[in-house]
Amino acid sequence: MIGLYLPGRTPLHRAPAGLKLALLALGVGVLLTLDDLRWLTVAGITILGLYAVARVPPRVAAQQLRPLLWFAAFLFVVQTLLTDWLGATALVVRLVLAVALAALVTLTTRVSAMLDAVEVLLGPLRRFGVQPERVGLVLALTIRGVPVVAGVLGTVRDAHRARGADGPPWRLLVPVLVRVLRQADALSDALIARGVDDEAERRTPSVNC
Amino acid sequence: MIVVDGVSHRLGDQLVLDRVDVALAEQRIGVIGANGSGKSTFARLLNGLVVPDSGTVTVDGLSTAKDGREVRRKVGFVFTDPDAQIVMPTVGEDVAFGLRRSGLPKAEITARVRDMLARHGLPGFEDRPAHALSGGEKQLLALCSVLITAPGTLVCDEPTTLLDLRNARRVGALLAGLPQRLVLVTHDLDALADFERVLLFDAGRLVGDGPPADVVAQYRTAQS
Repeated sequence: MIGLYLPGRTPLHRAPAGLKLALLALGVGVLLTLDDLRWLTVAGITILGLYAVARVPPRVAAQQLRPLLWFAAFLFVVQTLLTDWLGATALVVRLVLAVALAALVTLTTRVSAMLDAVEVLLGPLRRFGVQPERVGLVLALTIRGVPVVAGVLGTVRDAHRARGADGPPWRLLVPVLVRVLRQADALSDALIARGVDDEAERRTPSVNC
Repeated sequence: MIVVDGVSHRLGDQLVLDRVDVALAEQRIGVIGANGSGKSTFARLLNGLVVPDSGTVTVDGLSTAKDGREVRRKVGFVFTDPDAQIVMPTVGEDVAFGLRRSGLPKAEITARVRDMLARHGLPGFEDRPAHALSGGEKQLLALCSVLITAPGTLVCDEPTTLLDLRNARRVGALLAGLPQRLVLVTHDLDALADFERVLLFDAGRLVGDGPPADVVAQYRTAQS
């Protein structure tokens, strides 16, 4: 779902990140107010048009929504039982369109541009002790962390299978957590080495000695 | 010059460095020793990632304990696992990360990143997702991300350990051609043949210090 940046030179790629984030907030806000399926269809066509303008291949566009499908299906069933199918459909369509819109911003905006925008947006909070560059860094690390954690999960799952240990997925939780924490420890060393943290504390090496 | 003066360091109850005294002025310095001998902790002393329990480490007169920020500008560090040191999602953004606070115009940063990647085996990789690179390419990216800030010294802690032979040679060739002073922690003893000086650690002590042929022979004898 973290689509990452899709290189391009379309108007959507060139638009300022801050503007895109503001329009995304506005767009999602408008979507939340729409109940009529006709208007939701118009919104869907508009978003499809934006994907076309951004020249996002259909396969990549589908990838953005695939992780949402099971949740959307579950939501549809629950809402149909609780309300009616029309209301459930509107809710699910709103959700899918909102995620599609957010994914479009991710696909057409470099993370570094997003960080710059976040830092500008949070700038006024400096007087309250907020460090916008740290918030931006956390966001970047979160996005960067998704494929890293996925890789760790794959490695641990393979290791379990190689030992013939098939079982419930929750058995992977502890080894995955341990590896992710070790990665996080190593990453904190790397951030210090790259000058992010000015203060060198007495530290425990995370690998070898 | 890097001066390590009377340095001892503990990790928990274990003494990992024991009264180490050494001054490093050469351009190519190798660090060898068995696993757990203290060589990685020694490497981490050199840019202040580890501040010793006792003794001092200075880089061009700057103390790693007091002037860590300035020291880290002078001494870059490359880790064993490139995945652990890549911060940004795309290649170009990760290399540019070190210049974010440099005050350089964006166009200049972009040009420098493109040039850095082209010169070090990753031409045109700017927009590639970092997680999709091969192990060798990730280590090249990690090197580029450190070199973009132009440190005078580069400390590499087993940078080729996780790589296959082809990629290890690729990274080794890149390191060999760098103008920076290089401190290389490695188990690849053949890679040190052209180095000016090799340090041998054993149980936290500096037990060998001299030309590669002598110190590597000493290590091989001790290990046999």
